[in-house]
Formats: sequence, structure tokens, C-alpha cells
Amino acid sequence: MSPIPFEHGLIVAGILFCLGIVGVLTRRNIVFVLMSLEVMLNACGLAFIVGAARWGNADGQVMFLMILTLAAAEVAVGLGLIIQIYRRFHTVDINVLSQMKG
Amino acid sequence: MTILFYLASAIAIISTLCVILQTNIVHALIYLILSLLAVAVIFYVLGAPFAAVLEAIVYAGAIMVLFLFVIMMLNMGQHTRDQEKSWLSARGWIAPGVMAGLLLVQLLSVFAQIDQDLSGQRIDVMAVSGLLFGPYVLAVELASILLLAGLVSAYHLAKK
Repeated sequence: MSPIPFEHGLIVAGILFCLGIVGVLTRRNIVFVLMSLEVMLNACGLAFIVGAARWGNADGQVMFLMILTLAAAEVAVGLGLIIQIYRRFHTVDINVLSQMKG
Repeated sequence: MTILFYLASAIAIISTLCVILQTNIVHALIYLILSLLAVAVIFYVLGAPFAAVLEAIVYAGAIMVLFLFVIMMLNMGQHTRDQEKSWLSARGWIAPGVMAGLLLVQLLSVFAQIDQDLSGQRIDVMAVSGLLFGPYVLAVELASILLLAGLVSAYHLAKK
């Protein structure tokens, strides 16, 4: 079994992060934007795990747990906001929401 | 194990691509779950079994179920597909695609200078929890406060 090169793990994380950025920038449905944010956070976690595997210590995994907690809290608040937005504006189009005042 | 890493990476990248190209939101969610499970396999191959299990339980389980509940509540099934299709114009993809492509090229050129191998050493739950309840105990407490704040604000925001 040949060892996996360090840069290949980082490249996978980088590709996933860039796909998440494209999703955030192109989609107009706010639920898709939140899903793309999840992809980006997950790519960050993957980079931390790859770092932990490179140097063989557990600090990277602790950092991944923190990212997991952050993602859970972010999704809870974001979905609450989406429900409230849908109740008020009856749409999930972020272009309509950009015309909010105040 | 090496083959498993590349296979799981390919599945993760392809299914993430399907997430951002998909017009049916439920299908996109299923692809996202597939992508997260593939990343969990990558974690296992890289010697992080605890992170792999948490990825499957918390990400692919709990967070995706939250998304599913909201999609069901907003009733965004079949009839939003045409709307999504009309929102996704080919012109809107050019600028974000070019910018993200430039970012990816930069990242790849930086990563190409690295020439090291992963140790492949397994880091089990014992080492991680030893750190969590040792030097990082304050971070764990802060994370619990963050989750509590998230819970309270989500309850308050989603209230009628």
C-alpha cells in the first residue's frame, strides 16, 4: 500500500471549496445557497483532517469538531431565517430580498 | 486503502457538482448526503474514524434532516423545478465560474509545491477526547454556549 500524497487530500478539499463558492454565487434559491455554504464548511473540515493525518496529531480533529458545531448552529439559525422570510415574502428568491429597506 | 481514497474523492466531487447543477431541490439534498458520506469515507481512510462517524451522524444525519424538514414545510417539491430552471441562466455561470476557477488554479499551484506523504497513522477516539477534555476544554464550553445560542435564536426566529 503506497501512502497517499499530502497534496492530493488538500486538492480534494480545494475543489470542494471552489464548487461551494460557485454554488453560493450562482444560485438564487436561498436554500441552495445555504447548502453550498455547508459544502464549503465541510471542505474546511476536510482540510483540517488532512492536516491532522499529515502530522499525526489529534488537534486537527478537535478543530473539525468545532467546525461541525459551527455548521450545526449556522444551519439552525439560517433555516429559521428562511422560514421567517418565506412567511413574510412568500418567496425564496434572494434577488427579491435584496430590495429590503433598513 | 489508496484506491478507496481516490474513489471516495471522485464520488464526493461529482456529487457536489450535481448539487450545484441540480434543479430539483430534493434530488440536490440527496446528492449532498452522498457527498458528505463520501467525505466520511475519506476521513476513515485518512485515519480519523471518530471524525468519520461524526460526519455521518451529525452532517449526513441531523443537519440534512433539518434541511429536509424545511423543504417539506416550504412545500418546495416538483413545482419549483421550472422556477429553478428559469433562474439558472447560462450567462450567470460565467463570472462565478471564472473567479472560482482562478481561485482553484492558485490553490493548485500552491499545493503543487508540496511534496510530502500522509503518515496514514490512525488517531483514535482516545487521543481526540484526551485533547477535548484537557487543553481544549474551554473551546468545548464555548461550543456548547454557541449551540445553546443557536437553539434559542432558531426557536425565536421560526416563531410565528
